Amino acid sequence: MDWLIILSNTAGSMLSPITMAFALAALGLAVHFGFAGLLNFGVAGFMAIGAYGYVISILTFGFPWWAAILVSIGASIIFAIILGIPTLRLRGDYLAIVTIAAAEIVRLLFLTTAFTPVTGSALGLSGYHNSFRGANPFEWDGKRGFGPWTYTATEFWVLVIGLIMITVSLLFVWRLVKSPWGRVIKGIREDEDAVRALGKNVFAYKMQALIIGGILGALGGVMMVLPSSVLPASFVTALTFFVWTALLLGGAATVFGPVLGAVLFWILQAFLANLLPALSDIGLLGGINNQQAAIMRFILIGAGLMLLVIYRPQGILGDKKELTFVK
Amino acid sequence: MSLDTQLIGKRSIKSAAISLLIAIAGSFWSFQPAMANEVGTEFDNRISGNVQFEGEPLEGVLIRVSGQGYTNEVTTNSEGKWRIGVPEQGDYEVVLDESTLPDGISVVEEGATQQVNVGKSGRVTKNFFLGESERTTTSVMDQLIARSIYGLNFGLMLALAAIGLSLVFGTTGLSNFAHAEMVTFGAVMALLFSVVLEFPIWIAIPLAVIASGVMGYGLDSGLWKPLRKRGLGLVQLMILSIGLSLTARYIFQFFIGGETSQIPGYDAKKMNLFGAVALSVVDIVSMILSTVVILVFAFWLLYTKIGKATRAISDNASLAAASGIDVDRVIRIVWVVAASLAGLAGVLWAYFRPGIKWDMGAQILLLMFAAVTLGGLGTAFGALIGALIVGVLIETSALVIPNDLKYVGALVILIGILLFRPQGILGRKERIG
Amino acid sequence: MSSKEPLSTPEKTTGLHIGEALPGVKKVDPILIVDKVSKDFGGLRAVDVDHLEIPRNAITALIGPNGAGKTTLFNLLTGFDKPDTGTWEFDGSKLAGIPAFKVAQLGEVRTFQLTKALSLLTVLENMKLGAKEQKGEKLLYSLVPALWKKQEKLIEQKALEILSRFKLAEKKDDFAASLSGGQRKLLEMARALMIDPTLVMLDEPMAGVNPALTESLLEHILNLKDQGLTVLFIEHDMHMVRHIADWVVVMAEGKVVAEGPPDKVMKEQAVVDAYLGSHQDVDLGVVTGRIKK
Repeated sequence: MDWLIILSNTAGSMLSPITMAFALAALGLAVHFGFAGLLNFGVAGFMAIGAYGYVISILTFGFPWWAAILVSIGASIIFAIILGIPTLRLRGDYLAIVTIAAAEIVRLLFLTTAFTPVTGSALGLSGYHNSFRGANPFEWDGKRGFGPWTYTATEFWVLVIGLIMITVSLLFVWRLVKSPWGRVIKGIREDEDAVRALGKNVFAYKMQALIIGGILGALGGVMMVLPSSVLPASFVTALTFFVWTALLLGGAATVFGPVLGAVLFWILQAFLANLLPALSDIGLLGGINNQQAAIMRFILIGAGLMLLVIYRPQGILGDKKELTFVK
Repeated sequence: MSLDTQLIGKRSIKSAAISLLIAIAGSFWSFQPAMANEVGTEFDNRISGNVQFEGEPLEGVLIRVSGQGYTNEVTTNSEGKWRIGVPEQGDYEVVLDESTLPDGISVVEEGATQQVNVGKSGRVTKNFFLGESERTTTSVMDQLIARSIYGLNFGLMLALAAIGLSLVFGTTGLSNFAHAEMVTFGAVMALLFSVVLEFPIWIAIPLAVIASGVMGYGLDSGLWKPLRKRGLGLVQLMILSIGLSLTARYIFQFFIGGETSQIPGYDAKKMNLFGAVALSVVDIVSMILSTVVILVFAFWLLYTKIGKATRAISDNASLAAASGIDVDRVIRIVWVVAASLAGLAGVLWAYFRPGIKWDMGAQILLLMFAAVTLGGLGTAFGALIGALIVGVLIETSALVIPNDLKYVGALVILIGILLFRPQGILGRKERIG
Repeated sequence: MSSKEPLSTPEKTTGLHIGEALPGVKKVDPILIVDKVSKDFGGLRAVDVDHLEIPRNAITALIGPNGAGKTTLFNLLTGFDKPDTGTWEFDGSKLAGIPAFKVAQLGEVRTFQLTKALSLLTVLENMKLGAKEQKGEKLLYSLVPALWKKQEKLIEQKALEILSRFKLAEKKDDFAASLSGGQRKLLEMARALMIDPTLVMLDEPMAGVNPALTESLLEHILNLKDQGLTVLFIEHDMHMVRHIADWVVVMAEGKVVAEGPPDKVMKEQAVVDAYLGSHQDVDLGVVTGRIKK
């Protein structure tokens, strides 16, 4: 069993595109659920809209990469409004069901063969990187870096863009939360009617929170597809559940919790993805094959989510006193 | 019963459940799916499938797979099965050579050329839908009737699952996202008993339903009740059910892999009944069975003491408790009933799809929620009506919208109902303040 | 106002009505006029008010047995529920169909029967939330602290001033969850004042408050009148009603059955009937027919 490879792969995953995608999506979910109390179980839908918005603007409409990102943001705003107008008046668990349904509809629309020319249906889309790679200021051959963190120029460009998006988003959310707007949102999270009785337009605030979180989710989707290709199979409900796990792990009602949670989530995933097959190879896990070792990873994550919710719902950085969904 | 015997009773049920689980785990360890004509056996990944026409396997049909710079082909064996190993995960094209099909038969739905993706599980299945080449045009009315009947079949199966979901919500307030996995559990148990342990199918199915009931008992006693007592909020419990759903799904995949398995009877011949309606014996038995079970359940809910207690608790739990109803005991029974119904639904779903897959329950989770919400969250009869409407709607909508979008119709209904009439058809509007 | 001094008898405002004190009587200077407002709940008529006027700058008590429709009327008048019929005017503005938050912005503010002190915020944050002039509450402004920091300081001063009046200033940084029930009621009232309301509607302000705090609450309500506000409150405590109310409206079974100054209204037959039942003088045996009279 090669510990060096296991540990180095694990460490490398800290800065991988999928980790950064999760960080953005979890931050968006923190705005939705952690701060505004909205039970959004359609995270995968927002991410899909961001991802496909980006790719389709490039492939079908020929936009440059930065304009495609703006299109993603715009599409997510429209989606949030369409979703929000009818549903923000609904009770908590109803909103959860509607958001899952909406995300599934989005996925099915991207999967259907009816729109294959634009969406590529089950095979998805690829080959949209020219504009993005063309804008890369970094140029070097092969891989540079140190230890497990070595990147080609393209990979590094993706990393830099991701870090920029995360930093800007963190600043944005942090500012919001500390402001009077954040105060109103925290009040709404606990008791809408009390805040209404104080003259605040609760619906407008919830819509704003939905839109902001939705934009962050869409940016997460963009991050997911920036490196290679987009597939509808990536945006299943399990993706939403994993983002929730990352969020709860880090701390749902905190600003840095989502990022921490995403990083830890993927470190854990990478570690297990490398460790479990290695263990099964040397026979420590009984007679299971490599496939099953890989699946064990997800079983452990699901079980981990359950334990988290029972024993430490506030996550690592959170304060139990500040949570509304914990009795 | 004295306290001692009660305690012993509880403990032995628990240990029976645990031994059952261990036995199941053990027998699955060595589970192997049926043999097929195979090439490319040196590779880890594979694409496989079944070629049949009206329940009869077709031998000698040529299937060709190409992609990732690799190509190979194989003909189906006497059971109509084929398997082609592929070197890498990724996208492949699967082509059924129609010239090798018997006369008068061709691929009717989705075409003879298909795209598949071999994902992380390393396995994917592709079945082709065959039909008669000379299609006699069926009238729209005939098609509508046929679709409605299929929809009724599907709806009855969905109802069995949805009723349990609604009951659990009504008595405990929990939106149980893991209900889908209880459906899958029933199907997997049927697979275990009928294929792995090779019991006759008419014994395997009741055993599967019983096993599901035991699972429901175990879940409430081991997980939900202790957490209710611990005072966990409903949102926490809902998120927990999501974690449970994830865990269960992957446990299923761990044991049965990523491919589709079948139980005996899945390929029963469809008989042309009237108009465009073609049902197999299995379909008909399934519909009759669902109806009977639902009627028995309705009787239970309306006329027995426990059934009435269930409705009382759904209406007003504290009042029910104050009237002397043992709420915890009734909730335990509700979980057993809900799980058993879900298990039976799983078996029927396995016949309808056809096929047992690790995420088969998850495929219809949202449809279950749509049915329950449409009918009225918390009412069992609402769930029944909602499920029938959803079933018929999905099948008949396939006449006007693309087949792969037919679930979208149900989802749109779900959202629509929540907007305009959140209490559903049979639910009551809640008074504010 | 120290709690050691005996409370002086509050000055009652008189001359509020025009004509005889009957249900629906017109007021000299009404701040709220309610016309033909009704609401059904599944076959039960919860509210059925033909005409009601609430006098400005006075303290009006809304009393009646449980289930009379008092809280429902509050909900209807403040936009928290929709009536089946009726219109009402607040300070000249028609309020039918106006959402609850706009009603609050117009100056009609209410508190709740089950106190809604936001326990996850501190006392000071609760107060600041009540302010209506904070631009930083708008999304775009919130991102630039320079735009709202000054206002925040002014709001904080106002909040602290009100808090010290309510004797809650020391608790300003504590989570509202740590306050006692009575203190939370005070907080809710104090918070409502941050909006600078014209009409304050209190739903059972005394419920669950320990007697030691009752005096202080009464004083605060009287102070509101001194500051020019109008108060409408629902109460069951008749001593309190008699003590501070200038006008009393009695509801029973959704209708207004009596109106008038407290001492007169309490004696009215309709009121006694409403509370005690119309056969309260008669032996129950006669009513049921067991005793032949």
